[in-house]
Amino acid sequence: MADKILTEHFGLENLFKIGVYMKNKGYEAVKKVLSEKKPDEILAEVKAANLRGRGGAGFPAGVKWGFVPKDIEKSKYLCVNADEGEPGTFKDRYIMTHNPHLLIEGIIITSFCVGIHTAFIYIRGEYEAVALRLEQAISEAYDKGFLGKDILGTRFKLDVYVHRGAGAYICGEETALLESLEGKRGNPRLKPPFPASIGLFGCPTVINNVETISNIPSIVLNGATWFCQMGLPKDGGTRIFGVSGLVKKPGIYELPVGTNLKEIIVQHAGGMKDGKKMKAVIPGGMSAPILTEEEIDINMDFDSLVEAKSMLGSAAIIVIDEETSMLDVLMRVTKFYSHESCGQCTPCRIGNSWINKIVKRISDGNGKRGDLDKIIQLANNMLGKTLCPLGDAAAMPVMSIIQKFREELESYIPLGN
Amino acid sequence: MNPELTDQTKKKIEEIASHYATKDAALLPVLHLVQREKGFISQQEEKEVADLLNIKPIKVKEVVTFYTMFNQEQVGKYHIQVCSNLSCSLLGADSLIEHLKSKLGIGVGETTSDKKFTLKTVECLGACEQAPCMMVNFDYFGNLDREKIDNILDSLE
Repeated sequence: MADKILTEHFGLENLFKIGVYMKNKGYEAVKKVLSEKKPDEILAEVKAANLRGRGGAGFPAGVKWGFVPKDIEKSKYLCVNADEGEPGTFKDRYIMTHNPHLLIEGIIITSFCVGIHTAFIYIRGEYEAVALRLEQAISEAYDKGFLGKDILGTRFKLDVYVHRGAGAYICGEETALLESLEGKRGNPRLKPPFPASIGLFGCPTVINNVETISNIPSIVLNGATWFCQMGLPKDGGTRIFGVSGLVKKPGIYELPVGTNLKEIIVQHAGGMKDGKKMKAVIPGGMSAPILTEEEIDINMDFDSLVEAKSMLGSAAIIVIDEETSMLDVLMRVTKFYSHESCGQCTPCRIGNSWINKIVKRISDGNGKRGDLDKIIQLANNMLGKTLCPLGDAAAMPVMSIIQKFREELESYIPLGN
Repeated sequence: MNPELTDQTKKKIEEIASHYATKDAALLPVLHLVQREKGFISQQEEKEVADLLNIKPIKVKEVVTFYTMFNQEQVGKYHIQVCSNLSCSLLGADSLIEHLKSKLGIGVGETTSDKKFTLKTVECLGACEQAPCMMVNFDYFGNLDREKIDNILDSLE
């Protein structure tokens, strides 16, 4: 059996068209589910598959769905998170561009399982071409009777809409995404209540990443046991690793969950560009604490990365070489978070902007002794003290860069200052 | 004064609004639509959109000022947005931005006097495998170098 789940048919011409997709087992899972399965059976299968959220947090999808109240008169919603704003991440763009029907198929099964009749795909505003591709695919799915009022004659109904964001990283955070879908500024909500009980328009809502939902058809067709065998027992399936930075072959690589990071960089992404030496790697999108070259012999699954005090996040790998100044890296990281903080929580709004100002001062040659400690102190004041994870996401990489490259960073501060 | 939104646009706005449980939820897609027609969102459009969606104009302003993709003033015919995030800067985005500045004779955030080009830097565009990359209006261009940028600029009428 193929060792890929999401990108297996990427080589086929026009896979994005429903005809080609259907010739390659497309919509078989939907047919199977609607004719043979009960929602409870699907939920049990997805839970057993240990499909962990591909957006970054790694929460098991089946457990999340299980939190949605069953007998409730309110509408329920599915929001697919296609915001893909985490720097270094571009995998969902590939799924939606090359295999949009796989996502739609996953949406149909998820909705049937949870009892949802309206789904939104929240896609980042810059991906206009991708949004058009999705809309085309959705329209094809309506024409073939996979979406609409009476899907395949089963009376199950589902409408799917594409909703474009407008350039705000914070809208990838699930409650900010809901606010944005309701036509507001993307200010995250206080949790609890969690979206599973009170989400979009005050109704129970499931929010999952594009890649997470796109795994559902194969779990339904091949079973949870198969899915776990593809990856790890407690972290099933594959991941689409997106490699960028100073490697020979940047791109996406779909590999089993738990594949070794060094193997991904050296064997799959071709190793370092221009034969340079590696200095550091960000393993899971910019928010993930940085790893030094000595630390990259590590398995890429959620638990292994936590053990290494970093995180798998969106599995976006950014590779940095020996010639790169870590002060430049720190500058990019802190500029990003200070720009993207929504401003709602003081520690994050003020903290990120102060940190960025201090880094800029060092970068301008005016750094002072104690500046690095001051940054650590400000980062500590954000950790765990904000409504949403952006505060942590900003503090963690900054602290790890200072901790692991302190000597180099101090060398940029003039003696005597 | 800009001319009012066309009837066609108003009809489209009604259609979009029908997708949502409340009409005001359609604000982002509606603003995209208006910006496409007008190029940017002025106070006049804020008011028009507010009327169409039965919300206060301040609610529209709150949103327009929060999201970086909504232009509050006219941008050039070609809106160049260069990614300055980590993967792109590792591969030389800074020098490309300098190149664009000197080639266009403007700074970041400025528009050429003939209103043809606006130059901006943006955070990650989600195309890091093609770093360094940029957008011109909604078209992505990746694996850039100075020569490629020159060719792209030359091809824009």
